[in-house]
Amino acid sequence: MNEVSRIAAAEPTAGPARKSRAAFLWLILPMAALGLAIVWLVAVNPLSRFGNGAPPVETLTFERTILSDDGIRVLVRAGGSEPMTIAQVQVDDAYWQFAQDPPGPIGRGSTAWIHLPFPWVLGEAHAINIVTNTGATFEHEIAVAVPTTAHNATSLLSQGLLGVLVGLVPVAIGMMFYPALRGVGRDGMDFLLALTVGLLAFLLVDATAEAFELAGESAAIFQGQAMVWLAAAASFLLLMAVGRRQGAPSGLALATFIALGIGLHNLGEGLAIGAAFAAGAAGLGSFLVLGFMAHNITEGIGISAPLLKKRPALWIFAALALLAGGPAVVGLWIGSLAYAPQWSALALAVGAGAILQVMVEVAAYLMRSDGRGSTALLAPTTIAGLTTGVAFMYGTAMLVKI
Amino acid sequence: MTRWGPFEITRRGLLWGGVTAAGGSVICASGSSIAQSEHLADHMADHSAHTAASPLPGHGSAHGAMITVGEVDEARNGFETAKLLTEWDTGTVSRLPDGRVLRTFELEGIDKEIEIAPGIMFPAWTYNGRVPGPSLRATEGDRLRIVFRNLGSHPHSMHFHGIHAARMDGVPGAGLIDPGDEFVYEFDARPFGCHLYHCHALPLKRHIQKGMYGLFVIDPDPARHPELTDIARSRLLGTPENAEWQEFAMVMNGFDTNFDNENEVYAVNTVAHAYMKRPIRIVRDRPVRIYLANVVEFDPINSFHLHANFFNYFEQGTTLTPTLSTVDLITQIQAQRGILEFSFKDHEPGLYMFHPHQSEFTELGWSGMFDVVEAIA
Repeated sequence: MNEVSRIAAAEPTAGPARKSRAAFLWLILPMAALGLAIVWLVAVNPLSRFGNGAPPVETLTFERTILSDDGIRVLVRAGGSEPMTIAQVQVDDAYWQFAQDPPGPIGRGSTAWIHLPFPWVLGEAHAINIVTNTGATFEHEIAVAVPTTAHNATSLLSQGLLGVLVGLVPVAIGMMFYPALRGVGRDGMDFLLALTVGLLAFLLVDATAEAFELAGESAAIFQGQAMVWLAAAASFLLLMAVGRRQGAPSGLALATFIALGIGLHNLGEGLAIGAAFAAGAAGLGSFLVLGFMAHNITEGIGISAPLLKKRPALWIFAALALLAGGPAVVGLWIGSLAYAPQWSALALAVGAGAILQVMVEVAAYLMRSDGRGSTALLAPTTIAGLTTGVAFMYGTAMLVKI
Repeated sequence: MTRWGPFEITRRGLLWGGVTAAGGSVICASGSSIAQSEHLADHMADHSAHTAASPLPGHGSAHGAMITVGEVDEARNGFETAKLLTEWDTGTVSRLPDGRVLRTFELEGIDKEIEIAPGIMFPAWTYNGRVPGPSLRATEGDRLRIVFRNLGSHPHSMHFHGIHAARMDGVPGAGLIDPGDEFVYEFDARPFGCHLYHCHALPLKRHIQKGMYGLFVIDPDPARHPELTDIARSRLLGTPENAEWQEFAMVMNGFDTNFDNENEVYAVNTVAHAYMKRPIRIVRDRPVRIYLANVVEFDPINSFHLHANFFNYFEQGTTLTPTLSTVDLITQIQAQRGILEFSFKDHEPGLYMFHPHQSEFTELGWSGMFDVVEAIA
């Protein structure tokens, strides 16, 4: 009797200990299995059976091209299964002296600068062809040879001014319509909000397409397509989560999100212009700058739309303009200093996600402020605003296409 | 939580999804951004130094930089480009019962990776492990016996430009043999001249372009050319008259390294720029004779241009008098060949260039220099 009760008393303590040990075992078991698999892979090397003596697959991506008075420099990134060795470099079908920095084989995913003391011709095309030790060739075309802008305080300042001109100024101009837009009725409000959604829809398509294009140019190791999808989804979901902290955003909060989304897009746009500078392809005529400005004025109108029922302080407008337009300046600088297609693709993808978030929120705001719910989305004024937004952006985008 | 749509979205759900997606994109994007920024720093330092110079390209010495970088490992290749010029394979000589010379050559087909320009490896098919194959040299009227063993991975043959029986032609059904087999080609050496041999297995283009070719020179027998005995003797290897001459074997070839049916490397005797980096030494007072053959695939025509001099040309080498006199450029179609004769005796010593006048070939490796000197010390 005594014994039985002792056992009964001991049980409650033994139970959880055994349970946790079992859980620990179930944690160890799969880890041990993995360990065994690795040991087997290393010891047996089953992959050797797939080896057929063929040379390893090689890929090489050109990320940057710098033309200066002492020749051409290209930044290349290696891909493929093994480190690859650059044996010779042709320029315009001629073997040319070159220096590689750092020298030696280029590891998977690593980069190297190739310096060619080549007497390139201003305004003409040149072709660089890199020959590896296996005889594989990788060609890069310089469509129009012009000296790459040298970076100094003056050039950075003038680039910054250009950024202000194409990013900040038009947004500010758009916001100056604010007083005129106040006092619009329900239909006017619907129209303006739908206009915002329309312009954002254009930016979404534009940013996504460009992100995929740049992703295609980047080294395979970055898996551009997946990167664009994931970055866009991440920024969309994170911004949704942040934006919904205190319920659906409206008023200033919504305006801020619109400004942020547009700002991220302008960052990508700035990167593109900066990269054009870096590539020496900057035929940025005044019509192009004017095009960007007209294009971006709509963005200012869109940002002020949710604020029409409030009366925010002037500094808030300034801050919003800075948030939406300022990134263009930063993008220009980054783009001209450290351009690589995968980073531009990433920035544009993040921008696309942000824009999608704003579109969702503005549409939700439209439904709420209108009072008719989802009916308002299909009202003639809404459709008219949507169409006008897309059409205006499409039309002005024609001005900026090179 | 607010509701906007048929389902409820929680903030936590969005955050979780967002973090997952962000993690994925970070993994995708994590290349060697550290390495890149290091290079960038280097580059920026360089660049700021350049900006002090003129904004437009000055270029200066850059025009002299058109050459391959580095050196070919000739020990690994197993043949030296300098020696390819003067190495003749005269076979083993014996007498037939009727007193005629029997000349026996032995060749092997071997798969071998060779370095055709510094750092560029080419998976070649070779005769005796070298490209071009040995320069076979016989005398007009010799009985020739060529023992060919195929140690390679593909069927191969030896097709000789010359006169022989159909059975000895080196085409499918007549001396084309499988890996591991052996065949003996037998015929008389005629006509005299500068010929070539190559593999005639199919696909023909691939077998030639892979490196299976070589010079096949038949020297004239002076006894058969009584009216031009002296000239014939000067051509005949081993005579004192011939020893006066500086003779070079040159096979113009090209290599398609990336299988796009265009050559990435052009050369004479295989290695790009070999005689540019190590000029061919010639003594000023002694005449020069070049046995030149064109085996370049993919480009129909090749050429030879000599700087600061003119030469006589013997088309196919089958005549003892020039077929072209005093020219500084000859063109040769695929498989065309001939003998060039010239002298620098009235020139000042120095470096004299030779190259094809297709600039493309010159710039992709086929060019060289003669280093004309008073006498070899």
